[in-house]
Amino acid sequence: MSLLEVKDLKTQFFTRDGVVRAVDGVSFQLDAGETLGIVGESGCGKSVTALSLMRLIPQPPGKITEGSIMFDGQDVLKMDDDDVRGIRGNNIAMIFQDPMTSLNPVLTISRQISEALELHLKMDRSEARRRTVELLELVGIPSAKKRLDDYPHQFSGGMRQRVMIAMALSCNPKLILADEPTTALDVTIQAQVLQILKDLAREFRTAFILITHDLGIVAGMTQRVHVMYAGRIVEKADTGELYANPKMPYTWGLLRSIPRLDEVRKEKLVPIEGLPPDLISPPPGCKFEPRCQYRKEICHEREPDLIPVPNAKPDHEARCWGTQRVPGGGWLVDLDWQSEIGDMAVLEQIKAEVAQVAAEAERATPGDLPPDVSQKEGI
Amino acid sequence: MAVAYEKTRSTAAAGSGKNILEVGGLTMHFPLTQGIIFQRQVGAVRAVDGIDFFVEKGETLGLVGESGCGKSTTGRAILQLYKPTSGSVKFQGTELTTLGGEQMRRMRRQMQMIFQDPYASLNPRMTVGNIIGEPLEVHHLAAGREKTERVQELLKVVGLNPYFTNRYPHEFSGGQRQRIGVARALAVEPQFIVADEPISALDVSIQAQIINLLEELQQKFQLTYLFIAHDLSVVRHISDRVAVMYLGKIVELADRVELYERPLHPYTQALLSAVPIPDPQVELKRKRIILTGDVPSPVNPPTGCRFHTRCWKAQQICSEVDPEFIEHSPRHWAACHFPG
Repeated sequence: MSLLEVKDLKTQFFTRDGVVRAVDGVSFQLDAGETLGIVGESGCGKSVTALSLMRLIPQPPGKITEGSIMFDGQDVLKMDDDDVRGIRGNNIAMIFQDPMTSLNPVLTISRQISEALELHLKMDRSEARRRTVELLELVGIPSAKKRLDDYPHQFSGGMRQRVMIAMALSCNPKLILADEPTTALDVTIQAQVLQILKDLAREFRTAFILITHDLGIVAGMTQRVHVMYAGRIVEKADTGELYANPKMPYTWGLLRSIPRLDEVRKEKLVPIEGLPPDLISPPPGCKFEPRCQYRKEICHEREPDLIPVPNAKPDHEARCWGTQRVPGGGWLVDLDWQSEIGDMAVLEQIKAEVAQVAAEAERATPGDLPPDVSQKEGI
Repeated sequence: MAVAYEKTRSTAAAGSGKNILEVGGLTMHFPLTQGIIFQRQVGAVRAVDGIDFFVEKGETLGLVGESGCGKSTTGRAILQLYKPTSGSVKFQGTELTTLGGEQMRRMRRQMQMIFQDPYASLNPRMTVGNIIGEPLEVHHLAAGREKTERVQELLKVVGLNPYFTNRYPHEFSGGQRQRIGVARALAVEPQFIVADEPISALDVSIQAQIINLLEELQQKFQLTYLFIAHDLSVVRHISDRVAVMYLGKIVELADRVELYERPLHPYTQALLSAVPIPDPQVELKRKRIILTGDVPSPVNPPTGCRFHTRCWKAQQICSEVDPEFIEHSPRHWAACHFPG
């Protein structure tokens, strides 16, 4: 049995403008000691997924409307608040993105770490303090004993993130959710922190979910990767398989749009045109269709399922009509993504659509543009 | 020693005719004061501590380093947004540090800035038309109908709809806002633009859009960029030459290919090895140089070479003598006692 099994998770936010479908039917599972990467841009629902696992969604406006989260054989969504509190920080811990704001500035470091130890492991003060020193040494804080009574502002960014990691590790959790753990850090400090996470995951056989937008970090840190877009998983595979043999045009777009240090410099980067969709009224078919250079009629009409793709490892799945051998689909199965960068005519069409959407929005809220100018500009 | 310093300075900030900008011995110290009524200076944050470099016309010079190394301060001190403590900044032969307010304002028509955070650098109470039009008014370049037309033209140039003039910044996404920032910088037809981390606040798929835009504009208007960033892969993509900063000093400066293929300074080598590469096969085989510790405080930088506290090559001399910034091969400068 796997450690974590998420089925058809839907988290929505009820706002004045409408219902935001932040996470819209996400399913995945994770074994003990496994590391999973969740990759996507901001607003794709990756952080909301993590918060949902911990039941930390602010309610209202948010609500987990459907699905189940089985952790260690128990459904987290069916637990009462006390039981969830017993799991949080104890069995599932979280490392947040910004170490500057996620530590309490008026409590000493030792207080913040030992709080969990006293609460969950029923240690007494001096015992908790001893353990805190061990934890701080474990994450590589020099002269840990002397720094116990320091406040967060006396630590640098990298050191604070280590404190966060120490805090997450304090109760020997079975699962750690790391939400952009190194985004706020510098490159050399990032390398230090990632190395610590990697060593600890191996040593304690803790399962990790690493949430990030950085495809480089995921490559070196995880065993499997899920790519998210507009509240859904659009591709999942082994890390090696995903990078060697990506199948979904959005993943291609992500891989193409970043310059790589180990490759010959490209003349021009290939960006993904347009913007991610509005999650209040997402597109009817495939959510990536409005930005996809490989799209066909079917993509606009119906949304594809996340199913295994041909020409790939068996557990490699993608949500794309182009990779599915169904009537009207399958045109991307044998495509070499690195040489075929899509239909240029479609690209021009996408650009025109982006412009048109903007113009329509403008017509809805007309400005006081002098009419003769717009005629002269030929708009 | 002094002679040698003068010599290296004269080469690193060499005065050839192609240079649009020459920076020599630029120092920017921010005073630390104590006392409530009588403020005494008790020290200084040595944000930039004597740097020399030049920028050639039409090129992009990338300036990389970690946060707090002084790269943004350098950009601002060049534009005289801070008054440098000492040193010289020559723009097309004119010394900027001694210019008066009005003269400097006129010079700023030639040199503009694109800021890091597109959410903070646009006034939320001004319309896009006013934001882009303001520099036109300040420099008396256009007014009335002419200004409106020019603003619309600029919006088109940066890939936005010219109808957007009456909208407010909050109606735009991060990438679009950054385009507005670019349009504002372009409004006065500058020759030189300091781009201070222009893409680090943007999403991955949007970053490439802005990089491509900056490159297109450079070709179209023969712009010269000082591109400040912490992302080494992006800097490699966009720059012709790259300078690496550490704790207020430039430690290495070379042509792009040279710097990335034959880095001389240990800090550059460590930075390059720390960049994650999106390929599990490569990541598995790579050997990382992991630096220990944090960047020391610029209030009280280490003696000798500032990097010696984190350097794996450091010897006795490194903590005693500050290495000179020497041209080791043509157009490749580095400040290290044990380069290579």
